[in-house]
Amino acid sequence: MKNEAVKVIKAKKKYILEQWFQNQLENDGLREDLITNEDQRIQSEELLNSLTASISDNNFDNFQSRDFEKVEEILSGIAIARARRGFSPRETGAYVFSLKTALLKTLSEEISDPKVLYTESMRINSLLDNFSIITFETFIKGREDVILRQTDEITEISTPVIKVWDGILALPIIGTLDSSRTQVVMENLLQEIVETGSSIAILDISGVPAIDTLVAQHLIKTVSATRLMGAECIISGIRPEIAQTVVHLGIDLSEIVTKATLASALKMAFGMIELEVRKKATPKVL
Amino acid sequence: MDRIPILKMGDFLLVTIQVDLYDQLAETLESDLVQMVKKYNSKGVLIDISAVSIIDSFMGRILGNISMMSKIMDAETVVVGMQPAVAITLVELGLPLKGIHCALNVERGMELLRSKITQDIQEDEEDDSYSE
Repeated sequence: MKNEAVKVIKAKKKYILEQWFQNQLENDGLREDLITNEDQRIQSEELLNSLTASISDNNFDNFQSRDFEKVEEILSGIAIARARRGFSPRETGAYVFSLKTALLKTLSEEISDPKVLYTESMRINSLLDNFSIITFETFIKGREDVILRQTDEITEISTPVIKVWDGILALPIIGTLDSSRTQVVMENLLQEIVETGSSIAILDISGVPAIDTLVAQHLIKTVSATRLMGAECIISGIRPEIAQTVVHLGIDLSEIVTKATLASALKMAFGMIELEVRKKATPKVL
Repeated sequence: MDRIPILKMGDFLLVTIQVDLYDQLAETLESDLVQMVKKYNSKGVLIDISAVSIIDSFMGRILGNISMMSKIMDAETVVVGMQPAVAITLVELGLPLKGIHCALNVERGMELLRSKITQDIQEDEEDDSYSE
């Protein structure tokens, strides 16, 4: 038996595309700020073309058939692109569902026998539902990739090592210090010491909201590691509250050089490498 | 048996460790080194560990011992060229090697040794002037 729906879809491809696009326009599925109409049209046409090309009497009921691999590939591509461009899940969902509406509408116009129409519609339904699931899976995966990349970037940029002078590195720490972050800080700092051949590192903790014994432990570790590399480490930015907490907790920071501000730490660093900052002597105007 | 060569450079002894140390080798190095300090009356020992990728607690203790032994024989010890990964491991092991001076590379290490020795000489001279 020749399948009615397949026949209709293949014959009415152009009409379906028009319908689909019409649906998308009505659905607010078009976000002209994110994708141009023209691009979306090309995308839709490509998807529909590959669908009509791969659909046949044999695989119509079996959406796991290998014939649909190409369609799934295009769908995944669209979903990932949409996730990266910042489409909402609703917009992405509406995109695929509007194709279903267009297909069903075309079927109802072409098939007169209600019984055949019902069975064919059900088949179209299950096929398209499967496509929506694939779209969502890849859409979410695309979003997760974006989040993962951002997390990596934040860890990377949250511990910048700044070369403030020849032989002096500064490392402003902003946010809470935990073990994994200390590890990153330490690795970055030590690597940078080797690369720049610096002899002094200033650890500025004015951006650290609170200090407890664990954070202090991490700081001491970083200082010890720097010392093992043959560089001196100065901790600066000790706020009054932090000084109070440190003493109340009984943390011994006496072996570490600490300064209240980054400026005084820098001044001390200059002294250690025997540099002097002076006001430029300007000749007096008579 | 393997030995780590100890080079004499003026008042200093230079040890470059090019292989990963095993326990026996480290112990031999320790005893060789103190012998050499005695023999040449050295004022400083420079140990280059830039090629060493693993330092365990035993090695850490040997380094500490060498530093301590040289110290009581009136020689300063400087360890140079520690790799970042090694430094992190030592700190995580709870071995911050407190008694040892460190420097980034051999050049810096030499500078550090020289400055320490001139300091000592100055202090000696000051002591002498007091006694006069």
